[in-house]
Amino acid sequence: MTENSLLERATRFVCALRHCQVLGITVHDASNTGMTLLLPYGPAIVGDPETGIIHGGALTSLMDTACGIATLCVLPEFEVCPTLDLRIDYMHPAAPRQPVYGFAQCYRVTADVIFTRGFAYQDNPQQPIAHVVGTFMRMGKLLKGAQGLSATLDGEQA
Amino acid sequence: MTHRFQTRLDQAHARGDYAALLELIPYANLIGIECTREGDELLFRLPANKDNIGNPILPALHGGVIAGFMELSAALHLLVSTGAPSLPKIIDFSLDYLRAGQFRDTYATCQVWRQGRRVANVSVTAWQSTAAEPIATARAHFKIEEPCAP
Repeated sequence: MTENSLLERATRFVCALRHCQVLGITVHDASNTGMTLLLPYGPAIVGDPETGIIHGGALTSLMDTACGIATLCVLPEFEVCPTLDLRIDYMHPAAPRQPVYGFAQCYRVTADVIFTRGFAYQDNPQQPIAHVVGTFMRMGKLLKGAQGLSATLDGEQA
Repeated sequence: MTHRFQTRLDQAHARGDYAALLELIPYANLIGIECTREGDELLFRLPANKDNIGNPILPALHGGVIAGFMELSAALHLLVSTGAPSLPKIIDFSLDYLRAGQFRDTYATCQVWRQGRRVANVSVTAWQSTAAEPIATARAHFKIEEPCAP
């Protein structure tokens, strides 16, 4: 798949997810090696009102989405891939009033599951604010809802 | 911790009503988390809200919202059950998704399995229809503030 069409498909995927729209998440970069999403800073996602630091839940939404969309990089055709599990290690708090980038890639694909990993960072990818691993279940193309989502990704009216 | 936060925390403890405390946390308002106390048990509720949907076709709650709900529940549970002086800081968070989160109210309860001097281990169970059929289970480690030396 060309990187351009991968970016378009990833963008349509994010646009179809209501909560991602609420958080303002966009696709920053898409390539065959992984996806990078962007979570803008906003007062609504603050978890600690004293410091203005965003809540881990917003970060988890960013990384769950990034890992889930990274499956587009390795699957020949769209499949619904629900999250089996997710683990996040918080290296240090996100700096307030700055966006967060979430990078994710797939490092193993089997007939049933996809193993993903990634990290969230702000200024410097070498100093992540969180590391993530997530496992996704492959449900195939024929699952209820898969065809509608697939059409959405291809830019058709769902 | 600000005086306002401490005051609302004390009031919440006394009344068993945590709405005023949650109001101070913007992310709690964004997803719409609620907390009630039944006896000594804290029950967290996430009312069905279109803004929390991920998969639009099923429709199902976004996995990140379920995670955020559970992480916030764990932090609040720890805050309330230990009488900690401030919101605990998350160290790591691990969750297993067991069933799709339907577009309906979600509930969570927490259990502190171990509270050391500096770190606490909390498990969280989230369900919709019945507690016996959880949609997700999670556990988290939090850094807790050591009480000031006398």
